[in-house]
Amino acid sequence: MEKNVTYIALFAALIAVLGLVPQISLASGVPITAQSLGVMLCGTVLGAKRGFLAALLFVGLVALGLPLLSGGRGGLGVFSSPTVGFVIGFPIAAFVAGLIVEKTRAAIGVAAFGGALIGGVLVLYLFGITGMALVLGKGWVAASLLVGAYIPGDLIKAGMAGFITQGLAKLRPEAVLSRG
Amino acid sequence: MLTLTSPTETPLHKLGAGPKLAALAGLSVVIFSLQNLWFILGAGALVCGVYLAFGLTFARYGAAMLRPLWPFLAILVLWHAWTSDWALGAAIGGKMMVAVALANLVTMTTRLDDMIGVVERLAVPLARFGVKPRVLAVAVALVIRFTPVLMDKAGQLGQAWRARSARRVNWRIVLPISLMALDDADRVAEAIRARGGL
Repeated sequence: MEKNVTYIALFAALIAVLGLVPQISLASGVPITAQSLGVMLCGTVLGAKRGFLAALLFVGLVALGLPLLSGGRGGLGVFSSPTVGFVIGFPIAAFVAGLIVEKTRAAIGVAAFGGALIGGVLVLYLFGITGMALVLGKGWVAASLLVGAYIPGDLIKAGMAGFITQGLAKLRPEAVLSRG
Repeated sequence: MLTLTSPTETPLHKLGAGPKLAALAGLSVVIFSLQNLWFILGAGALVCGVYLAFGLTFARYGAAMLRPLWPFLAILVLWHAWTSDWALGAAIGGKMMVAVALANLVTMTTRLDDMIGVVERLAVPLARFGVKPRVLAVAVALVIRFTPVLMDKAGQLGQAWRARSARRVNWRIVLPISLMALDDADRVAEAIRARGGL
């Protein structure tokens, strides 16, 4: 019980930290926020249920007014802005990513990559694009064109999530609860 | 950790968090259902007036919180310049600005303690489904405490990286950061259990 609560809370904090740490850059030196990487890791490391709860806790604290979203954004205004779908999608994305790691028999790194790809990119963008289409009053196709530029970066992050989950499974096999 | 609550005291600070949240929910629905451009502009002027009534510092802080919306406004301007449907574009952009500004107003005038109070009250009926309010409170407190702790540790890891490597800090640093989160979670769980558990 205690372990469940602290894992969920610390991974909610991890999502925040990865969104606020400014020093991460891709190979080309393009700065990216790693916030969605944090969401992917919640699922691939903690599993579906705990990953969902960790991301939900994070979203709840953003709603309460903590500036935890990348760029120090937060508060209730986030839920009326065009990016609302991505924020609401975080818990679902973590859940799907975790479910895939739990249910597949593939090697942990491969399963985590697949989970991050389907949960952290496909599902998250479904929510994100839908939210953007609704707030901006545009069609779904137009909204997907607006966020299309970010998809390659998120595909790379799914690969990173695979490597990192594999590394954690090697270093702390008992802590990777998605394969516990 | 810093919250987004404004340090400038306003009359809205004294209002309960519950009524403010209920009012925000109601007003947001109304705003998003508005069709007439003049009503939307009127609502915008009203919200601007409320911000300005609380002083220039407060209004400036509020304007800064709207900054993430500018790229989307730019997109709307470009889009509707192309379709030459200005009224619709102004209505969509206006509704978005007003709704976000109104929500920010609640965030800026409500202390974190009061918000957490609302969550605790809402969590009481959830106890029947196995969500213990105390567990929720501990989880919230842990995130608030450990976000700056993990930030510090991530900063130290970054410095250690720079001291040892000529290469720029890259994504590989996320692995040790995650490892620290896992290890901290283990230690905190032991500490909580040693003190009687949840």
